[in-house]
Amino acid sequence: MQRFMPLIIFGLLVVLLAVGLTMDPRLVPSPLIGKPAPAFELPLLNGEGVFNSEELKGKITLLNVWASWCYACRQEHEVVKQLARSGMNIVGFNYKDKKQDAQQWLAQLGNPYQVVVADEDGRAAIDWGVYGAPETFLIDKDGIIRHKVIGPVSDQKNFDDLMAVVKEISGDNL
Amino acid sequence: MIPEIGLFALIIAFGIAIVQGVVPLVGAARNDATMISLARPAAWAQLLFVSIAYAALTHAFVVHDFSVLYVSRHSNLVQPLMYRISGVWGSHEGSMLLWALILSIWTTAVAIYSRGLPAALMARVLAVMGLISVGFYAFMLWTSNPFERIFPAPADGNALNPLLQDPGLAFHPPMLYMGYVGFSVAFAFAVAALLGGKLDATWARWSRPWTTVAWSFLTFGIALGSWWAYNELGWGGWWFWDPVENASFMPWLVGTALIHSLASTEKRGVFKSWTVLLAILAFSMSLLGTFIVRSGVLVSVHAFATDPSRGVFILIFLCIVIGSSLALYAWRSGSVVSTGRFTWFSRETALLLNNVILLTATTAVFVGTMYPLVVDALGIGKISVGRPYFDTMFALVSMPLILLLGIGPAMRWKSDNSQRIIKSLAIIFAASLSVGIMLPFVIDGVFNIATGLGLAGALWIAITTLQSLYHRIKTSSRLPLSFLGMILAHLGMAMFVAGVTMVMTYHQEKDVRLEPGATYELSGYEFKFIGVKNVDGPNYTAQEGHLEVRDQGEKIADLYPQKRAYSGMGSPMPMTEASVDTNMVRDLYAAMGEQLGDTAWSLRLYYKPMISWIWLGCLFMTVGGVLAVSDRRYRQKRS
Amino acid sequence: MSMNKRSKRKLLVIMVVMGVALATVLGLTAFEENMMYFYSPTEVNNGTAPDTRTIRVGGLVVEGTVERATESLLVKFDLTDGAEVVKLEYSGILPDLFREGQGIVAMGKLNDKRVFVANEVLAKHDENYMPPEVADALEAAEQEK
Repeated sequence: MQRFMPLIIFGLLVVLLAVGLTMDPRLVPSPLIGKPAPAFELPLLNGEGVFNSEELKGKITLLNVWASWCYACRQEHEVVKQLARSGMNIVGFNYKDKKQDAQQWLAQLGNPYQVVVADEDGRAAIDWGVYGAPETFLIDKDGIIRHKVIGPVSDQKNFDDLMAVVKEISGDNL
Repeated sequence: MIPEIGLFALIIAFGIAIVQGVVPLVGAARNDATMISLARPAAWAQLLFVSIAYAALTHAFVVHDFSVLYVSRHSNLVQPLMYRISGVWGSHEGSMLLWALILSIWTTAVAIYSRGLPAALMARVLAVMGLISVGFYAFMLWTSNPFERIFPAPADGNALNPLLQDPGLAFHPPMLYMGYVGFSVAFAFAVAALLGGKLDATWARWSRPWTTVAWSFLTFGIALGSWWAYNELGWGGWWFWDPVENASFMPWLVGTALIHSLASTEKRGVFKSWTVLLAILAFSMSLLGTFIVRSGVLVSVHAFATDPSRGVFILIFLCIVIGSSLALYAWRSGSVVSTGRFTWFSRETALLLNNVILLTATTAVFVGTMYPLVVDALGIGKISVGRPYFDTMFALVSMPLILLLGIGPAMRWKSDNSQRIIKSLAIIFAASLSVGIMLPFVIDGVFNIATGLGLAGALWIAITTLQSLYHRIKTSSRLPLSFLGMILAHLGMAMFVAGVTMVMTYHQEKDVRLEPGATYELSGYEFKFIGVKNVDGPNYTAQEGHLEVRDQGEKIADLYPQKRAYSGMGSPMPMTEASVDTNMVRDLYAAMGEQLGDTAWSLRLYYKPMISWIWLGCLFMTVGGVLAVSDRRYRQKRS
Repeated sequence: MSMNKRSKRKLLVIMVVMGVALATVLGLTAFEENMMYFYSPTEVNNGTAPDTRTIRVGGLVVEGTVERATESLLVKFDLTDGAEVVKLEYSGILPDLFREGQGIVAMGKLNDKRVFVANEVLAKHDENYMPPEVADALEAAEQEK
């Protein structure tokens, strides 16, 4: 029996670890899903003026949270551009960034965004429950958040999940 | 193009590893000489291809190939060459590649130096190591490809974490990995012996030098990491009981137990199955440590889940390696017969106790490290286990260990006379105890029992160790290197205990606000803040403070701590660079805080008595290990 | 007194079991005193967090609230999880990456004015890294709304 003890102890540890892994809170959908997008009024990154979150209403929009210091954002940028090319309305949400760095980043990598708002101090992001970049929110015509992607949309699973919801809510009028 | 060659080489290495892991094993089972003979060339071929892959990644770093995602994440144009080369193992993907490379180096080394081994055993050992390699290559190829491209390539990359831009840390991971991976040799020998069903003392003799080398690397690696943290983090601490540190300390504890248990098995043929279990355990701890640290699961269970494919892979891999070897152990170890006989009062018993104590310590660290994870995973709450827990546990565990360290080496194998031991050690015991207890009073006029016991322990180890050296010289004309190695390692332990005791009791630290020209006195030393000027490094700008330290009016040291800002893509990354004046008696240590007002700065000042003894002790242990392996008897290829 | 194989193995097992048992007992006692619980500002303000024990609190440093004393190392600032704000005091040198808007974890106790007096402030050495506890606290606060 004692010969089996190490194996048994190890087995118990594995069970514990496996249980831990399945209890991932991130798999729980964001509490914001199904709720109206939190209101904000933020300055535009390029040029003067402000953007009010009211303007999100009317068509299906992706709100893509990014920053020049964020590497995964660079990674997903190609996919964001593709989405823009396919006709998706995308609002860029520049998070805790310096204006100059962010502008340079867009100039270098291309700007797929309809409009880019700058949340330099990250205040508005708190209301959105953003705790890192990149994150992407899908907002429907009525201004309700329908889906949230944590991490790059270039990730196949993230992309597929997002597209599934897009399809579901757009019907035939994207 | 070169990154693709690297990836291709990695795939080929993966294929070779499969061959190396399967064919010789089948060959050994069927007694097929051709299949068995495949093991050695496969090990060489695998080394060739994994080296090509590693060189390709290093090349990408050196020439700033930012089209490789990993390179663009961990280096930029201004980064000095040395930190571009060390940047290869600066993060997850690259360190896995380094792991695989080192494993392959160890495998080839076994192939070279174990020519005297029975062919079937040799084939099994190399095959087991090949199977471990398979796991690592698969992990890289499926979940963390270091050669992944990014399009379009950024013009510049993200800086390597400035923390990692220090010589101490640059060489800490390779040393640590040499140790971790080195335990795979003992593991492979143990599993091969279990597979072959021949668990005699031979396997212990063969794996002993390998284990000692691995242990030396690990000791050195941990010490380097600790020394780095002390000099670099600016907190003046040398050990934080941080989960990452614990993950390297647990294999060390089990490895130390294994070294001692291997000695008993080799010399006396006792504890055979126990030693096999320890060999499995030591490598399991190494694997657990690598994965747990690299996967981020220790920071939070959630970090693990951000990349579920990695998490699942790791879990399955650990299950296969550890689970199957433990199952094999359960199945086969029953047939093992320990041949040696010994009594309660013998060196065997002392070594057994040593093992029990070391494993108790391992359990304590394991519980303290894993408990918060378990609590978090079960959703009960978020907790952290403070350092007082670890400190208390270790104070308690080390007392019997220190006592044993004095008695064990003096005892004879098989059976000893308790009267003889008491007679030869009683005076040393009384002397070191009384001197140790008196020492704190001599130092600052206050009795401190805990400190006194610590210093008494250090004296006790040192004197008994020197005494056994003296006995050996007197009674024998030969002084084997392996014996000298043990003496050195045990003296290192004495220095370590002395250093830790002194630092923990008498260190002084103070956060102060100083205007230029102002002084602050700490432990009799006068720190005078001269001022701050700007200095530029290759990829950072720094504000460098200048402090003069005086002892009774006489200037003894200049300290130049820096506050650096490393340039990167986003805002500059700040880093503290401490300045230390070291000698054998004490360290004087200063680190910059921040600017307060126009000219004043906040500064951390530390007085650390005998802290260098801690690392010196570890160095002694390392050298002791190296000496032990250099012993002639391990160089005889056939025995 | 020579020992045979069986009794030797028994000795081994007994020793290991005793060692592990001792470790567990010691561990549990030491644990009780050294376990530190983590709370969010919301939990501090609604009374979930104990007033007397040393705890850890995590959140974002509110912009524009960092106040430094001129003649000492005292720093005061507000910490938020997006829902509630806790006032915090710390005397000492802040970590390199302490910045307004950044996530931090503080260790300390509440005083009778409900100000959290920290004896240690931690910030991680990574620009885009948020301590996971803080991330979860923000998420939880979001859920409350």
